[in-house]
Amino acid sequence: MDTHITLDHGSGGSKTSELIGSILLPAFKNPALDQLGDGAVLEGASRLVFSTDSFVVSPWRFPGGDIGKLSVCGTVNDLCMAGGIPKYLSLSLILEEGFPMADLKTITGSIEAQAREAGVTIVTGDTKVVEAGKGDGIYINTAGIGFLKSDLPGRSAIRPGDAILLSGSAGCHGAAVMMARSGLITNESPLVSDCRPLHQLSAAVLDAAPDAIRILRDPTRGGVATTLNEFTEGMSFSIELDSPSIPVAPAVETACDMLGLDPLYCACEGRMLVVCSPESAEKLLTVMRNTPGGEEAACIGHVTQEMPGKVLLRTAIGGRRILSKLSGAQLPRIC
Amino acid sequence: MLYDHPFKNPKDVPDLLGKIRSYAQKAGPIRLMEVCGTHTMAIARNGIKSLLPEALQLLSGPGCPVCVTPANYMDMILELTGIPGVHIVSYGDLLRVPGSRQGDHLLARKSRGALVDMVYSPIEAVDMAERYPDQQIVFLGVGFETTAPGTAACILEAAQRGLKNFSVLCLLKKTEPALRTLIEAPDFAVDGFLCPGHVAAITGSQAFAFLPKDYHLPGVVAGFESADLLYAILELVEMIASKKPGLRNEYTRMVRPNGNPAARRLMDQVFQDCSSDWRGLGAIENSGYTLRDEYADWDAWKKFSLKPASVREIPGCCCGQVIRGVLTPPDCPLFGQTCSPQNPVGPCMVSGEGACAAAYQYGSH
Repeated sequence: MDTHITLDHGSGGSKTSELIGSILLPAFKNPALDQLGDGAVLEGASRLVFSTDSFVVSPWRFPGGDIGKLSVCGTVNDLCMAGGIPKYLSLSLILEEGFPMADLKTITGSIEAQAREAGVTIVTGDTKVVEAGKGDGIYINTAGIGFLKSDLPGRSAIRPGDAILLSGSAGCHGAAVMMARSGLITNESPLVSDCRPLHQLSAAVLDAAPDAIRILRDPTRGGVATTLNEFTEGMSFSIELDSPSIPVAPAVETACDMLGLDPLYCACEGRMLVVCSPESAEKLLTVMRNTPGGEEAACIGHVTQEMPGKVLLRTAIGGRRILSKLSGAQLPRIC
Repeated sequence: MLYDHPFKNPKDVPDLLGKIRSYAQKAGPIRLMEVCGTHTMAIARNGIKSLLPEALQLLSGPGCPVCVTPANYMDMILELTGIPGVHIVSYGDLLRVPGSRQGDHLLARKSRGALVDMVYSPIEAVDMAERYPDQQIVFLGVGFETTAPGTAACILEAAQRGLKNFSVLCLLKKTEPALRTLIEAPDFAVDGFLCPGHVAAITGSQAFAFLPKDYHLPGVVAGFESADLLYAILELVEMIASKKPGLRNEYTRMVRPNGNPAARRLMDQVFQDCSSDWRGLGAIENSGYTLRDEYADWDAWKKFSLKPASVREIPGCCCGQVIRGVLTPPDCPLFGQTCSPQNPVGPCMVSGEGACAAAYQYGSH
C-alpha cells in the first residue's frame, strides 16, 4: 500500500481499484455502493430533495472538524433546510498527487462517522488525481438526495411580526478556520468549528410546528448577516436584530475582535436560522433547546416593516445601524 | 455578545448620553473628528451616531492608512506585481484598493496570476522570504506609528537571518504632522479630536498635547469599545462647553503618557523621517518614515528603483475632502452611485476602516 497519493491512483486502473477497495469501500460499506455500478439504484419516495456542494477548505483539518466532516454536513444541511430528510450521498474526491494516504484515511473516517450520525448512506462516488501543485491536497464534492418531509413556503411567506430564531452561537466555523489559517490557535483553544449535521434540529422543528415555519436556512458563507439579507432583499419587509440576544461564544467574539472580523459575517456550518410565526416562537425555541445542537437557541430578532429590504441591528448600547450583505471576503484590518 | 463586558455594554449609557446632550446644548453645534479608522468603524458598528444629538457631528479624519495613500502609489504597487519573481505581501485592507483605474487592485492582479498574499503579521512575510528563496518578497509597510514598530522588527529580523530577498515598501506615516496640516488649512472646522488609541499606545498620550497647547483644541485619547467612545465624546463636549481645552487620556488601560519607549527605540533604529504624500493633504514634510541607509538592502524603494507616477486622482472622487472632514461621504457625487463596497472607486469605500465604507455599510444607505 502506498503512503502517498500518486497520479496512478487517478488512472482508472489497478491503482484506482486498490484505492477504492482499500480505503473507500471499507469506509462506506453498503449494498448500493458495493455494486460498484456507474450509478446506484435506490428505494425512492414520491418527492425528492436534491442538492450538491463542493469543499475546498484550507487547512483541511481545523479545530472541531475536517474537510470530510464538512463535506457530509454541508450537503446534509442543505437537504434539511429544504425540508428534506437526508438519505443518500455521492462522494467525489479530487486528490493531489503526493497527498498522504494516512490523511485520506482520517478524512474518510470522519466522512463515515458523520454519514452514520446523519443517517445518510454514501451510494456512489468518484476519484480523480491531479498533478502535484495543481490542487490543494484534497477537494471533495458531495451531492445528496433526501425525501421531502415538509414543503416550506420560503421567504415570500415571511410576514411582519415573525420571529427569527438561531440555533446557537454565530460565526464559530468561520472564526475557527480563520484562526487555524493564521496559526493563531492551539488544540486547547475553546474556539472550535460548529460543523455538525442539522437533521435532528430541522426534523424537530418541522414536527413541532410544520405550518408555522416560513423558511429554514443554514447561514454558511457570509454568515447570519448575509443570509438574513437574502431573505429581505427586494421584499416589502425588514428584519431587526437585537444584538444582545444574538448568541456569540466568547471565544468567537475575542477571535473576531483580534482579527478585525464581525461574527455575524463569519460562516456557520452547523447552525439553523428559523423564521416562524410569532405565536410559535416560544414553542420552537423550547424544542430546539431540547435537541442536540440547539441547546443555545435564541430568538435574535423580528420581522418589521420599517425599512423594507434591509436588515437592521440594535446594538448593545441601544444604537441602531444597517447590517448589510457581505461584499467579497472579509479582509482583516491593519491594526 | 459579552453583555458583562464593561467596555462593550456600559450600564450607564443613558446617563452618559444625557450628559453629552446637556453639554452639547450649552456649547451649540459641535464637530468632533476621530483620527483613527478603527474608531470610525467602531462608531458605526455600535450605532453611536444614532444616539447622539443632531448638533453633534462626528467626522472621520486622516486616520485610515489605506485611505491616505494616494492613487499613484497604488498604481506603483500594482506595477510592481508585474515584475517576475516579485511576491507582494500585504495586510488585508490594501488588497481591494484600486489604483487610478476602477477595478484594478491587488486581488484582481492575483486572480490574473500575480503573486499576492495577505498576512496578519509582517513576520509572516519574513518567513515567506525564507520559504521561497527564489522569490522577492515585498511587504507593503502601510500604517501609522501603530504598525511601524512591527515593521521595524521585521526588517531587523530579516537582516539577522540574512534574507536578501525580503524588502519593505515603506509607506508608513506619522500622525502629528498630518493633524497640524489639517488644522492649519483654511477650511478647517473641527472643535475637538478623538485621538487614536492604538497610535497613542506607541507614541504616548503626551504626543497629542500639542492640540490644546498650540491650537487650543481639546483632545481625548480613546479606546475602541462603546463605553470608551461615549466617555471620550463626553469629555470632549465638556471641555468644549467649558471652553477649557486640554488633553485627556480615557484609554488608560492601554496608553501610558510616554507610550511604549521600547517600540519607539526600534522605530528610531530602523527609520528616519521623510516627506510623505497624503491623499487630500498633499506632500507634508517629515510626515513619513523611510528606512535608514544601513537598511537599504531591505528597502523596496531602492531595490526596485521605485518612483510613483505623477498624481492621477480619480475624477469625481472626493476621498481627499472626506479625509479632511470637509465633506461627509454622502456629499460625494459618486457615493452609492458608481462607488460602493462591491465596486469601490476611492480608498475610503474599500478600506475596512474607511469613512465611506462605514457610511455605506452601517448608515441609512
